[in-house]
Amino acid sequence: MRALNQKLLRDSWRMRGQLLAIVLVVVAGMATFVGMRGVMHALQETQASYYAAYRFADGFANVRRAPERVAQQLRTVPGISDVETRVRASATVDIPGFDEPVTATIQSVPDGRAPRLNQLFIREGRRVKPGRDDEVLVNEVFAEAHSLQQGDTFTVTIRGQQQRLTVVGIALSPEVVIQVQPGGLFPDRERFGVLWMGRSALAAANDMTGAFNNVSFSLAPGASLDDVLSRIDLILDRFGGTGAIGRADQASHSLLELEFEQLRGTSTVLPLVFLLVAAFLLNIVVARLVNLQREQIAMLKAFGYSDLEVGAHYIQLVLGVVTAGAVLGVAAGLWIGQAMGQLYLDFFRFPSLAYTFEWLVALTAFLLTAGASLAGVIGAVARAVRLPPAEAMRPAAPPTFKPTAIERIGLQRFFDQPTRMILRNLERQPVKSALTVTGMAAATAILVLGLFFTDAVDYLIEVQFGIIQREDLTVTFTEPTSPQALYEMTSLEGVTYAEPFRAVPVRLHHEHRTQDTSLEGIPPAPYLRRIVNTALQPIPIPEEGIVLSDRLARTLQVAPGDYIQVEVREGARRTHRVPVAGLAEQFVGVGAYMDVEALYRLIGEGPALSGVFLMTDADDTAALQQAILDRPRVAGVVSQDRAVEGFEETSAENLLVFTFILSLFAGVIAFGVIYNSARITLSERERELASLRVLGFTRAEISYILIGEMTLLTLLALPLGFALGAVGAAGVLAALETDLYQIPFALSRATFATAAAVVMASAVVSAIIIRRKLHTLDLIAVLKTRE
Amino acid sequence: MVDAPSERSTNGMAEVVFRTERLSKIYDMGEVQVHALREIDLALYRSELVVLLGASGSGKSTLVNILGGLDTATSGRVLYRDQDLTRADDRDLTQYRRRYVGFVFQFYNLIPSLTARENVAIVTEIADDPLPPEEALDLMGLGDRLNSFPSQLSGGQQQRVAIARAIAKQPAVLLCDEPTGALDSATGVVVLEAIERVNRELGTTTMVITHNVAQAEMADRVIRLSDGRISDIAVNETKTPARDLTW
Ligand SMILES: Nc1ncnc2c1ncn2[C@@H]1O[C@H](COP(=O)(O)OP(=O)(O)OP(=O)(O)O)[C@@H](O)[C@H]1O
Ligand SMILES: [Mg+2]
Repeated sequence: MRALNQKLLRDSWRMRGQLLAIVLVVVAGMATFVGMRGVMHALQETQASYYAAYRFADGFANVRRAPERVAQQLRTVPGISDVETRVRASATVDIPGFDEPVTATIQSVPDGRAPRLNQLFIREGRRVKPGRDDEVLVNEVFAEAHSLQQGDTFTVTIRGQQQRLTVVGIALSPEVVIQVQPGGLFPDRERFGVLWMGRSALAAANDMTGAFNNVSFSLAPGASLDDVLSRIDLILDRFGGTGAIGRADQASHSLLELEFEQLRGTSTVLPLVFLLVAAFLLNIVVARLVNLQREQIAMLKAFGYSDLEVGAHYIQLVLGVVTAGAVLGVAAGLWIGQAMGQLYLDFFRFPSLAYTFEWLVALTAFLLTAGASLAGVIGAVARAVRLPPAEAMRPAAPPTFKPTAIERIGLQRFFDQPTRMILRNLERQPVKSALTVTGMAAATAILVLGLFFTDAVDYLIEVQFGIIQREDLTVTFTEPTSPQALYEMTSLEGVTYAEPFRAVPVRLHHEHRTQDTSLEGIPPAPYLRRIVNTALQPIPIPEEGIVLSDRLARTLQVAPGDYIQVEVREGARRTHRVPVAGLAEQFVGVGAYMDVEALYRLIGEGPALSGVFLMTDADDTAALQQAILDRPRVAGVVSQDRAVEGFEETSAENLLVFTFILSLFAGVIAFGVIYNSARITLSERERELASLRVLGFTRAEISYILIGEMTLLTLLALPLGFALGAVGAAGVLAALETDLYQIPFALSRATFATAAAVVMASAVVSAIIIRRKLHTLDLIAVLKTRE
Repeated sequence: MVDAPSERSTNGMAEVVFRTERLSKIYDMGEVQVHALREIDLALYRSELVVLLGASGSGKSTLVNILGGLDTATSGRVLYRDQDLTRADDRDLTQYRRRYVGFVFQFYNLIPSLTARENVAIVTEIADDPLPPEEALDLMGLGDRLNSFPSQLSGGQQQRVAIARAIAKQPAVLLCDEPTGALDSATGVVVLEAIERVNRELGTTTMVITHNVAQAEMADRVIRLSDGRISDIAVNETKTPARDLTW
C-alpha cells in the first residue's frame, strides 16, 4: 500500500504544525514521566544499595551515659543481630574566617576497626588513626560549605574544652544522607556539621571513657522492631535512655523518605495529566481529520479497501505521533532525570547515583499515551468507516443553521453579519466548541498546576513563620533546665522577650492507633510560639487537656472531647488518660501542646525548661548566638531567618526548578492545544471562507470571523481553566500530603494572571499564523477540489 | 424483437450478471419519505454496455450505487451472478467491490494529497491484475501529468484521472456516474472511447449514467428511469462507436 503510505506522509506533512505541537505535548508528558520516575527509581535503588553496603542501622537510641558492658546485654535481646555503641558529642566549632556560630555533632568511630554499622564512605583522604585525638573526618556537605580540605585545621569546643583538629578526610555516612541539625526541620549546612573522631579521643573529651551515650543496632531477619525497641527501652531506661527509635524516625532517613514520597506523588500525577492532554489533543485532531476526509474514506471503501485497512491508515498516524513523541520524550526524560539526579545528589549525599534507564517506565508511559489516544481515535475512525460509502460520497448537505439564542431574543441588531456568523457557528457546533473550550481550559489548568507550588510555599512560609512561629531564635538545652535559665536569657544583650517551653517525648494512643511526637508545654497565652485554629486565629491553651494538630488528630481519629492515652517516654514513663481539648492548624509536623503547668503535673516533675524562644532587636544575631552557645547546657540555637532560608533553599532547589520545567511544559501544552484548535477550525472552514472571499469579503473580514471565534472560545475557556486548575492543585496537594507535613492550598492572582497571559499569548501567536494562512488562501485551489 | 426487452439481451444467450427483483430504496426523511427507487426488476448481461438516462433526481445514482455494493436496498433483491448482494455483510461487499467493481463518480473523489499517478496506484495496489497506473493515465491522455496533484488539474483532467483509476483495475463491472459531465465533447469522446474499449476488450459489464441522449447511441441497451421506475428499455440494433458521437 505504497500510495496509502504516501497519503499518510503528505497528510502528516500538511498538518506538520499541528502534529509537531502534539508531539511536543507527548514529549513533555513522557519526559516528566520518564525523568521523574527514573530519578526516583535511581534514588531508591541507590539508597537501598548504599544502606546495605554501608550497613545503615535499623534502630538507634540515646542514653545519658551507659557503661560499655550494657552493650553485651543489648546483644542478647532477641531479634537484634548487631549492636554498635558510640560516643556522641555536641560541640561548637570555630571555623577560621566564618563569624557566625557553628555547631556540630561529633560521632565516634571505633579505634582500629571499621564500624559494624553505619560505615563511612571516605570520599577523600583517610580514616582517623587509632588513638589520635587531633584528627577528624568531616561530612561532605559541611566540608563543601566551608571549603574544608585535607590538612585544614579548626577548633572545636566540647564540654567547654577547646581542641584543635586536623581534617584527615571527607566522608559520607548512610546516617547523614541529609544533614539536619537537631531540632531543625531544614538543613543548614554552613552552621551545622557532622564530624567523626576516634572513639577513645572523643570519649576522653566527652567524659565517656568506658561508656557510651549512643547505640545503633540492626535487626535479625523477621524480627519485630516494636518488640526490640521496647526491650531496649527497658534496658536503657536506668541509664537515662530517651527512647529507642527505628529507622523511620531517624532524621536523615525520614526526611529522605518524605522527599521520595513527594517525588512519587508528583511523578505520577503530573505526567499523567500531560499524557492525557496529549491523548485528548490527538483525539480531537484525528477525529476532525477523519471527518474532513469522509469522502476519501468512502472512495477507498468503494474501491474495496476494507474498514480495517482504512482504520489502520489513521491509526498509523496516531501511532506515528505518539512514537515520535515517545522517542524524543524518553531522550529528554533521560536527560532531565540525570540532571535532576545531579541536583538531588547535592541535597541527598550518596557516594554516587546509579542512574539506569527504566525500560519498563518508558514502555508504560508509551502504552498509556498510545492507549489513551487510540481509545478515542478508534471511535471516530470506526464511525467514519462504518458509514455506507454512498452516504459519505454525497456532497454533505448544507449544515442546518437557525437563528441563535441571541438572535431569538432580538439582540441581533447589535451584531454585524460576520459576528452573527461566529455566534451561529458556535451554536451550531456545541460539541466541537465545547471540545475546544475544554482543551484550552485544560491547558490553562496545567499552567495553574505548574505555577501554584510557589504560591503554596509562600503561603506556608507566611503562616508558619509569620503567624505561628514568631521567635527570632530558638534555644534548646541539653537536658531540662531550671526556670532560672529564662531570666538569664532575658538578661542577655539584644534579647527583648523570652518565652519558655518544655518538650517531652511521648507516644499517643487512641484505640489501636499510635503516634510518637513531642508534647510541648507552653504558657497559657503564648506570644512567640502560638497555636492557631483553622481560621489562623491564635487560640489560648486550655488549663487542662491536650491540643493536637489536626493532622495528628486525623491520624489518631480523635475529636475534641475524646480521651487519648499519653505515654511519657522519659523519666517515670507513665501513661495518662488525657482529654483532647482542641485542634490546631499546623502545616509542618505533628505537634501536641499542653499548658506548661498541666504538663508538669502530668509528668510529675517540678518546673524545668527544654528551651527558650527569644525575640531580639539585634540586627545581627551572630554575637548573641555565640553568647548563648557559650553558656553551659545549651545544645543549640536555631535562627528563624536561617530556618526560612533553609526552607526556601531546599524548596527552591527541588520544587522550584521542577516547577520551572513544569511551567515550561505547561506552556508547550497550552500552545499545542490552542494552535491545534485554530488550525482545525481553519481547515474545516477553508472552503467557506474562500467562498466568502470570492463573494467580496475582505481578508480582514474573514480573519475576523475565524479569529473572533477563537477569541470568544479563549475567553470562555479561561475561567473554566482556573476552576479546573484549582481542583487539580488541591488534588496534587492531597497526593503530596504526608504524615509529617502538608502544603496548604493557596493560589495567588499572579498565578492566574500568568496562566491567562500564557494562554492568550499562545492564542495571539496562533492567530498570527492563522492570519498569514488566511492571507495566502489559494481561492482557486480551495474551491476546485472537494476534500 | 419478440421477447420483452427486459428479459433478453441483444446477444441472446449471454449470462446474467446482475438481476434485481422488486428493488426499492426509500430515504426516510422523518416527515417525508423519498422513494428513490420503486420496485425495479432488471437484468444486466455479461459484456453489455448499458446507458442509464433520466431526469435529475430520478434515482440513477441510487441504482448504480446499490449495484456497486456501495449502498443497500430498502427492500427487494440484487444478485451479482450467484451472490445475493442484499444479504451480503459488510465484509462480503468490500470483497465484492475490491474484486469486481470499478467506479467513476459524479464528483471525481480524488485524494487531494496524492498525485494523479498515486491516485490510480492506490486502487491498482489492491487489485488482482491491474494495468500499470502510467498506462491507464496515458490512455486518458494524461501521460504528461502523472505527478500533478488534483488541485493542479482542471475539472476534466480530474475526471479523466478518476476514469483511469476505475479502468486500471480492469474490473468485471464498470459503473460510471456521469463520466463526461464536466468535459467538452472532444475530451468526452476520449473518455467514452476508453470505457468502450474496456467494455469490448475485457468484456466488462458497463453501466454509464448520462444526461446526454446522444451518448445513448453507443449502448447495447438504453434504460430510462423516471421517478424511481423503469419507464423504458430500448435495445440499440446498431451501436454507434463512441468515436463517431458528437454533441
Ligand atoms: N441521502 C439521501 N437522503 C434523502 N434523499 C436522498 C438521498 N440521496 C438521494 N436522495 C433522493 O433520492 C432521489 C434520487 O436521487 P439520485 O441521487 O439517485 O438521483 P439522480 O438520478 O442520480 O440525480 P442527478 O442526475 O441529479 O444526479 C432524489 O429525489 C434525491 O433527492
Ligand atoms: Mg446522480
